[in-house]
Amino acid sequence: MAVYLLCLVLFSLGIYCILRKRNIIKIIVGVIIAEYAVNLFFILVAYRMGGRSPILSEGATIKNMVDPLPQALVLTSIVIGLATTALLVAIAMKIYEKYGTFDITKIKELKG
Amino acid sequence: MSREKTKGMSIIVKTITRLTVGLVLLYGIYIVLHGHVSPGGGFAGGVIITLSFVHLVLAYGKDTALKKLSKARASFLENMGAILFLSIALLGFMGGYFFSNFIPKGEPFHLFSAGIIPISNIAISLKVGAGLFSIFVALVLLKLKPTSEKKK
Amino acid sequence: MMDISYIIPLFVAVPLAGAFLIALLGKSIKKFPDVMGVLITLILCILSVKSVLIHNTYGILTYSAGGWNPPVGIGMVLDGLAVFMLVTVNVLAFCVAVYSVDYMEKFTAKWKFYTLFLLMLTGMNGVVITGDIFNLFVFLEIAAVASYALVAFGTEKHEIEAAFKYAIMSTVGSLFILLGIVFLYSYTSTLNMADIANVIMLQGKGNIILLVSVLFLMGFGLKAALVPFHAWLPDAHPSAPAPISAMLSGVLIKSLGVYTICRIFFNVFGINPAISSTLMFLGVLSMLVGVVLAIGQWDFKRLLAYHSISQIGYVILGIGLGTPLGIMGGFFHLFNHSVFKSLLFLNSGAVEYATGTRDLQKMGGLKEKMPLTYSTNLVASMSIAGIPPFNGFWSKLIIIIAAVEAGKFGYAFCAVLASILTLASFMKVMKYAYFGDLREKWKAVKEVPFFMKLSMVMLSLICLVGGILVFGDILQGFLGSAQEALSRGTEYAFTVLQGIK
Repeated sequence: MAVYLLCLVLFSLGIYCILRKRNIIKIIVGVIIAEYAVNLFFILVAYRMGGRSPILSEGATIKNMVDPLPQALVLTSIVIGLATTALLVAIAMKIYEKYGTFDITKIKELKG
Repeated sequence: MSREKTKGMSIIVKTITRLTVGLVLLYGIYIVLHGHVSPGGGFAGGVIITLSFVHLVLAYGKDTALKKLSKARASFLENMGAILFLSIALLGFMGGYFFSNFIPKGEPFHLFSAGIIPISNIAISLKVGAGLFSIFVALVLLKLKPTSEKKK
Repeated sequence: MMDISYIIPLFVAVPLAGAFLIALLGKSIKKFPDVMGVLITLILCILSVKSVLIHNTYGILTYSAGGWNPPVGIGMVLDGLAVFMLVTVNVLAFCVAVYSVDYMEKFTAKWKFYTLFLLMLTGMNGVVITGDIFNLFVFLEIAAVASYALVAFGTEKHEIEAAFKYAIMSTVGSLFILLGIVFLYSYTSTLNMADIANVIMLQGKGNIILLVSVLFLMGFGLKAALVPFHAWLPDAHPSAPAPISAMLSGVLIKSLGVYTICRIFFNVFGINPAISSTLMFLGVLSMLVGVVLAIGQWDFKRLLAYHSISQIGYVILGIGLGTPLGIMGGFFHLFNHSVFKSLLFLNSGAVEYATGTRDLQKMGGLKEKMPLTYSTNLVASMSIAGIPPFNGFWSKLIIIIAAVEAGKFGYAFCAVLASILTLASFMKVMKYAYFGDLREKWKAVKEVPFFMKLSMVMLSLICLVGGILVFGDILQGFLGSAQEALSRGTEYAFTVLQGIK
């Protein structure tokens, strides 16, 4: 149970970072932390007491494996996270080029 | 590999890189090709292949690495990977279904087995490897050329 | 059966192939991106119309990718709702692609635009067609990531800022959706939506379903820009190039937000009064807040973006009512809104193309110089404001009648009020942009090029025809099957699982 709560703490940390920090790079780090908390949680949900890794090798018997499906799904979700993060970082660099700052309180051309 | 003294990091890093970069690339290819019999696969292998090029960029500067794999070629390879993967999926119509495994599957735990899965792995590794390298290069070059491309 | 359902994966495969072919060859061959973009969307358009006919003949079709039957493999489902959304998305995409042939000339990298555009289309078609909840998430993210890049396409100050805001908020929304999927998987141990519905029916709804509902409502509500989660939309939609604004406002928020809400809450969880009243409340709130904020705007596209929030409120209100008539009205309004809101965004793009400004106070008297833009804009404005012969009137009328029938007089009154305020704000647009004296500096303004005109005329014709056909059989059958798909609720599971066997 404690592990799940730690996951929740990690997720909240990420959300806090997104909401509270003023530096764009820190916000991006917050997104990454929150995303990894969800991924970690997904893996933990699939864990079984004393389970072993779901790899079929020659001569092995299929017994007491953890659920392999979430691991495949998490891989997909990591790839999506990679694409999002790369795009966010590229946008952040462009923002720095245009505004000369990473501080979101100084970047507010859009209002209304 | 080139003997440039002016660019990149110190001689120690360069020497170590020269020794290891080929091994990293080979290991990536191994992971891709054995994706269907052991842990790994297209994505992991593609990332390792990219890391070998990133390694070159870090040690020797971007010019050396871009000489090996230019941005245009990386972009070409990325698109080819995607189209190859899609064609495999579409060729699945021969087996009756989108994405169906129309090649004989062979024995498990052999290198030549599992039908379309090794080919898909190669396609994915092309897409991921070249795509990740494009992202890296685009982010590295973004500072120098304000008009440079920005891709997913 | 086999021979017909092959059409289903093509909705994903065709635009994906187009996107990568353009990325491969678009740089070297000059006209290739234009031709390919229009061709691909035309093919999709034809396919979607064909899918209507197929659905009418054969009923619900299912497809298992790779021959692996769900719940093991990924299933695709073509039911009434999916057909309806496919037609909306692809018809709009075709018009927008035609429009961008001329409009995107001023940007340098046209092939990048078409690649991202087709990727976004792939994502939207995939969301609609898939029957698997994680697959839905993946397609949703494909569409979303492509749209972040498209919002930042101009790489000017505002666009970059809007794209960053949009990307962060939308990513947080996606995280909530993913978290919801995790909880749902841990409860049901399956990912196929029909199977999930089945398992929930067998196991009963625990508290976990409530938690998942809240997470999904937050995530998908953020994608649909319902009011507490709407802050990104007024920045993101105006900042994109006009064709993309049309796509984002026209279909993206609907296929990623409204469609997914419908599918999950009606077909998978089964609607209950709590969800229904929450949806209605959020709908009415969006309707009023959106329109009130819109009235004060002077930026043409920003005003339209606020109206998108308001009109999505109507759709959600109609669907939230849960009665057959309300759902039907909601869907009709969804279709109409995609048509006229895209048309309005394309008009604003045409005005910007000709004059270079989006500020309503700087325009004036453009009626003489741009007669075609003026007349199409008039059609669209009357549609959105609900003037009788046009389609917007009928759909709003149906929603209001449904609200009255359901005994929600307060909500019906709010809908009427929002409609009047919409009319007021569009009268302002018409007055400042098109009527009045022509200013000195707009003397040299010319009407926009051919393809932009063609696209605007097509969309305004749909507006007119949609209004006339409301009593015909075509529209009834088309909307009726979508409404039926939703009204049947969790019977969806039986039909889909039967189709697989």
